[in-house]
Amino acid sequence: MAKIWIYADVTGGKVNSGALELLTKARSIDGAEVAAVALGPGATDAAATLGEHGAATVYASDDAVYDDHLAQPAAHALKQLVDEHQPNLILFGLTYPSRDVAGRLQALTGSTLMSNASDLPSTDTAQTQIFGATKIVDVKLGGPDPKLVIFRPKSFPAEPSGGSANVVAVNAEIGDDLKKAKRTERHEEEATGPKLEDAAVVVSGGRGLQDASNFKLIEELAAAIGKAATGATRAIVDSGWVPYSYQVGQTGKTVKPSVYIAVGISGATQHLVGMKESKRIIAINKDPEAPIFKIADLGVVGDALKILPQLTEEVKKRKG
Amino acid sequence: MNVVVLSKFVPNPEGVPEMGDDFLLKREGVEGSLDPGDEFGVEAGLQLADTTGGEVTVVSMGPEAGATQAIRKALSMGAAKGVMISDPQLKGSDALVTAKVLAAAVQRAGFDVVIAGVESTDGYTGTLPMTLAELLGVPALTFAKHIENRDGTIVIQRQTETGYDVVEAPAPVVITVTAGANSPRYPTLKGIMQAKQKPVDQVTVSDLGLAEADTQPTQTVEAVNAAPEKAAGEVIEDDGNAASRIADLLAEAKVI
Repeated sequence: MAKIWIYADVTGGKVNSGALELLTKARSIDGAEVAAVALGPGATDAAATLGEHGAATVYASDDAVYDDHLAQPAAHALKQLVDEHQPNLILFGLTYPSRDVAGRLQALTGSTLMSNASDLPSTDTAQTQIFGATKIVDVKLGGPDPKLVIFRPKSFPAEPSGGSANVVAVNAEIGDDLKKAKRTERHEEEATGPKLEDAAVVVSGGRGLQDASNFKLIEELAAAIGKAATGATRAIVDSGWVPYSYQVGQTGKTVKPSVYIAVGISGATQHLVGMKESKRIIAINKDPEAPIFKIADLGVVGDALKILPQLTEEVKKRKG
Repeated sequence: MNVVVLSKFVPNPEGVPEMGDDFLLKREGVEGSLDPGDEFGVEAGLQLADTTGGEVTVVSMGPEAGATQAIRKALSMGAAKGVMISDPQLKGSDALVTAKVLAAAVQRAGFDVVIAGVESTDGYTGTLPMTLAELLGVPALTFAKHIENRDGTIVIQRQTETGYDVVEAPAPVVITVTAGANSPRYPTLKGIMQAKQKPVDQVTVSDLGLAEADTQPTQTVEAVNAAPEKAAGEVIEDDGNAASRIADLLAEAKVI
């Protein structure tokens, strides 16, 4: 009987949706004994949601030490729990805090760590997609338990099972040497419109927009459509055209909207991984050879700067 | 402050990656460069060393030709010296093996700060710097988009999903730098010439005092299959009606 744990990220008192996706997957595995670990303020409250999604046990602590000092306290608490309960497998979502904790835990347990996983065919095999998700690789996880696997967001649907969890309080010993890194401030960027991950339509721009000032054409189209979020490629985020929170791709957000409009985006692997599961993909690019056209339902070879304003007008007209 | 910057040679990110019969990414005899993400690390290291009167050591692990190229690039940007870890025993290393090797090399070089990119542009594992920090027993300031030294305490702006946090830790510390955190300098001609004279220490696994057991990867690729292909869509030339065609599809999808 496999003991599968999900490390649930509870930043700012909220459970990351990735944990619920992973619980849904874990509980579908025959004979799996599923537990979640939630550390930081809000963890105990989160236990109900975690239980609903399949955690029979939630190891929880509301101690602010886990939130204030980045990953070191959490990794060491997790190690103490691992020593005590001996899980076979620990699944993580691909979030900043989880990546930090998983990386550190690997050094403590000496076990294997696989990142960017997309599926879990068995408890010692994980899959990942490479080369712009054109190939699926089966990776056998060897070495000592627990095997550590980090999954890309939206790898599985999150569905409540109606269960409830037995909450076990975590009282780990956290020494001062683990509190050297300290969070002193938080800054939220002001977000307008729907969240990228949840929007029904995503309009994204890339280098083909030629200049940062042309990103407003993307924003205008999104505004005309309504319910639309704006996204970007890594290239234009790195160039400082738009903030990082816009980034869709390997590094950045994974989106599955009903329509994804890629404007001036060539379709580098980095970007495709974050959007190829979109229901319908529309691409506008002046290079007929651009890889984005291989996955587009409708590809338009043309000048994005000319087409965007026309499309915005057309959408406005049709919406009346 | 003495800064060790981790650097990696990666196959050209714009090119088509190739896989060998052993299911490993082809790393030898391919075109490539210093990982573009690492250029931000080198720049951050140089800025930190410059303002504190220290120097930058650049460490790279991988097949010799590529590792040399990665190190030379960092040296030509201004790093003082290099450490190249090249050993046939390390072919196919996973993240844990790489972290152990780099931890030993970093300790051998001596450091106040270790800087790495957030993730490599070929493997994208993105956990190695944290594993390294744990092996070294030091805090890590990860996903930094801005770095500052305040009397030996490193203060960073840490990228988050919705904005950024300010996080600090005293050195010794590991920092990971996001792409776009700074503007990596271009090597000058003088820098390129000087790089050829700078010392590069060549080390093997045994030089680092590691046992063979430390270099056994724990992951093996069992199979590689083509992902199910999406049915090809339609590609049209814009003849002035493209906007209308796109709007049709939006209407069909019931989003307008």
